[in-house]
Amino acid sequence: MAEATHGHDAHGHDAHGAHDDHHHDHKPSFVQRWLFSTNHKDIGTLYLIFAVIGGTVGGALSMIMRMQLQFPNNHVVTSGQEWNTIITTHGLLMIFFSVMPALIGGFGNWFIPLMVGAPDMAFPRLNNISFWLMPPAFVLICIGLVLGESGSGWTLYPPLSNATYEAGMGMDCTLFALHLAGASSILGSMNFITTIFNMRAPGMTLHKMPLFIWAELITAFLLVLSVPVLAAAITMLICDRNFGTAFFDPTGGGDPVLFQHLFWFFGHPEVYIMILPGFGIVSHVISTFSKKPIFGYLGMVYAMVAIGVVGFVVWAHHMYMSGIDIDTRAYFMGATMVIAVPTGVKIFSWIATMWGGSIRFDTPMLWAVGFLFVFTLGGVTGVVCANAGIDEIIHNTYYVVAHFHYVLSLGAVFSIFCGWYYWIGKMSGHQYPEFWGRVHFWMTFVGVNLLFFPQHFLGLAGMPRRYPDYPDAFAGWNYVSSIGGYISGAAFVVFLYVCYRTFTSKEHVADNYWGEGATTLEWTQTSPPAFHSFLELPKVK
Amino acid sequence: MDTRRANRLVATAFVAVAMGMVGLSFAAIPLYRMFCAATGYAGTPNTTAAQAPGGNGTTIRVRFNADTNPGLPWSFVPVQLEVTVPLGEDNLAAYRAHNKARSPVTGVATYNVTPEKAAKYFHKTACFCFNQQTLEGGQTMDFPLSYWVDPAIATDPNTRDVKVVTLSYTFFPSMTDAEKSGALAKAGPHVGGAKTN
Repeated sequence: MAEATHGHDAHGHDAHGAHDDHHHDHKPSFVQRWLFSTNHKDIGTLYLIFAVIGGTVGGALSMIMRMQLQFPNNHVVTSGQEWNTIITTHGLLMIFFSVMPALIGGFGNWFIPLMVGAPDMAFPRLNNISFWLMPPAFVLICIGLVLGESGSGWTLYPPLSNATYEAGMGMDCTLFALHLAGASSILGSMNFITTIFNMRAPGMTLHKMPLFIWAELITAFLLVLSVPVLAAAITMLICDRNFGTAFFDPTGGGDPVLFQHLFWFFGHPEVYIMILPGFGIVSHVISTFSKKPIFGYLGMVYAMVAIGVVGFVVWAHHMYMSGIDIDTRAYFMGATMVIAVPTGVKIFSWIATMWGGSIRFDTPMLWAVGFLFVFTLGGVTGVVCANAGIDEIIHNTYYVVAHFHYVLSLGAVFSIFCGWYYWIGKMSGHQYPEFWGRVHFWMTFVGVNLLFFPQHFLGLAGMPRRYPDYPDAFAGWNYVSSIGGYISGAAFVVFLYVCYRTFTSKEHVADNYWGEGATTLEWTQTSPPAFHSFLELPKVK
Repeated sequence: MDTRRANRLVATAFVAVAMGMVGLSFAAIPLYRMFCAATGYAGTPNTTAAQAPGGNGTTIRVRFNADTNPGLPWSFVPVQLEVTVPLGEDNLAAYRAHNKARSPVTGVATYNVTPEKAAKYFHKTACFCFNQQTLEGGQTMDFPLSYWVDPAIATDPNTRDVKVVTLSYTFFPSMTDAEKSGALAKAGPHVGGAKTN
C-alpha cells in the first residue's frame, strides 16, 4: 500500500543521515518490511488487515447464530456446548480481534504520529511486538472454538469457566489468548502515551492536539489501568483451573463474585476503550464535512476525560443481579447515569458542529451521522439498563444484547468504517468508489437496525440471551432479526468489494482531497505519506 | 538524546502503573476481607472479642439456617430454628452435624447474616466456623456458637426496622478432602455439554 515516495521529504534526508535506525534509500524486502516492521504505517496496515480477518471470522459466527435463531427448534448448531462456544468466540473476536485492532492498533498507529507531527512512534520495535502478539492470540482463540471447550461466554465467569464445567484445554487456550492480547494492548498503549506526551510537533500544546489524539491518549490510559486487572483475574482463573488454588472456589474460602468484580473493573472501561477512538474519528469527519472547526473543542476533550474517569467507578452495574446490597446498587446506578452527561455534551457538540455548516454528505459523513443515530439510540437504552430496578427484569435478556450492539456493534463499527472511508485515500493513495461506499452504508444501516431493533422487543418480552432456542412466541421478531443479519452480512461483502475496487484503482488522490475542512497535520503529507514522514518537524501555530 | 530519556521515563512509569494494577488486583482479596470485617459489608458479622454490654430488656428474633455443599457427605442442621433473645446479652446456639460417610471427613463453613445491613451489630464471640471441623465416620456432633446482638441495632435509623436476623452457614468439604475425593480439577467431562447428551 504505502510505497515509499521520496520526493516530498527528500530535503530532510541529509539532516538525518546519521540516524542509525532509518535506512531511507533502500526498499526493505517483503519479510523485512512486513514481519520485522518497525514503521508505524506498516504496523497500522497490518493491524487493519488483522481487524478485517478477525471481523470476518467473528461475523461469520454471528451469521451462524442468526441462522440458528431464525426459527424456533432449529438445529443448525448441534448442541448447547457448541452454541456456547460460538457466542463466546464471537464476543471475544469482535472485541479483542476486530474493534480494538482497527480503532487502536490500526488507525492509532497510522495517525498518531501523522497527526502530532512525529516521524514514528516512540518505541518502534515495541510496536512490532505489540502487533505480533496478536496473531498467536487469534490462533489460541480459534483453538478454543474448534475444540468446543470454551463455552463460558465472553465474561468468563466461574464456576462456568472452572475445571468442573469447562474441563478441556480449549478454555485454557482462550484464557491464554486473552493474556497475549492484553499484553499487546498494554505495550501498545505505553507506546501511544509516550509518543503523544513526548513527540508532538513544536507548538502543539495538549490543548491544541487533534481530538483523535486526545481520544487515543485517554484510551491508552484506560488500557494501562484496566487490562492488568483482567490479566490478574485470568491468572487467578488459570491457577484455579490447573494448580489447585481457590480464588473463586468457596470450598477453599474463595469467592466467585470476586471474579465478576475484577472482570468488570476491566470490562467496563473496556467498552469506553472501544468507543473513545470512534468519538475522535467522528469528530474529525463531522468537522471536515461541515467545513467548520469542531464545536466546543475543550468541552469535547474534557467530556472524554470525564467519561474515562467515571468509567472506572461504575463497574458493578453489570452485577445488579449478583447479590449486591441496595445502597451499593443506588451508588452504581447514580454513577452510571452521570456518564450520560459528558456523552450528551459530545452528541450535542457534534450536532452543533453541523449546525449552520456547509455540509457535504460523502460516504464518511454518512457513517458519521449514522454513528450519531445508532450511538444515541444505544446510549438511551443504556440509561434504561442502568436502573437497578428495571435491570432486575431485563438483566441477561435480549434488551441488553440490543443495547450493547447499538453502542458497539453499530456505534464502534460505524466509526471504524467512518475512519476507513475518511482516511483510505490518505493511507493507500487511491480513493474508494463513492457509489459503492454509499451502497455499503445504506445496506449496513438498514441491515443492522433490522437486526438489532427487534431485539429490544424480544428482551422486553422476556427472551433471555445466550440460549440456542426459544418458545414459539418469540418467532416473529427473531425471523426479522435474522433477515437483518443477512442484509448486514451482505453489506460486509460489499465492503470487501469496495476494498478491491479501491486497491485496484489507477487514480491517485491529492494531499488534501477533502479540501478546506480537513485541517490536521496528516493532510499536509502526500497520499500515501512517504515511508518516513516529518523528517523536518512541522511548526504548529 | 533528550527525547529518548524522556521516552524511557514515561515508559518506565507506565510499566510501573501496569505492574501496580496487577498487584492491586491480588491485594483486592485481603483488602476486601478487611473492609467487610470493618464495616459488616456483605453480611459479615462482627467477630472481634468484644464483651456483651448487657441488655435493656428489648429483644430480637434470630433465625438459623444451614446449607451443605453436595460434595460434603454430611447432614447439617440447626438445633433450634428460631429464638427470641435479649439485645446486648450473650447467647448460645448449636448446630448438629452428622457424617454419613464411613471415613473421617473435614469440612469448613462460610457464614453471613441477613439483612446485610444488620451484620455489623451481630457479634460472634466463639464459633465452630472459625476452624475446620473433622468428623469421624458416622459421628454426630453438636457445634456450639456464642453470639450477642448489639442494642444499637434498635436505635440506628438504618436498622431500626429489623425485627428478625438470620444467621446462615454453608458447609463445604475442605480443600484437602475435596482433592482426595477428586472433586477438584478432575471433574470429568463437562456437564450439559455435547458429549454427555
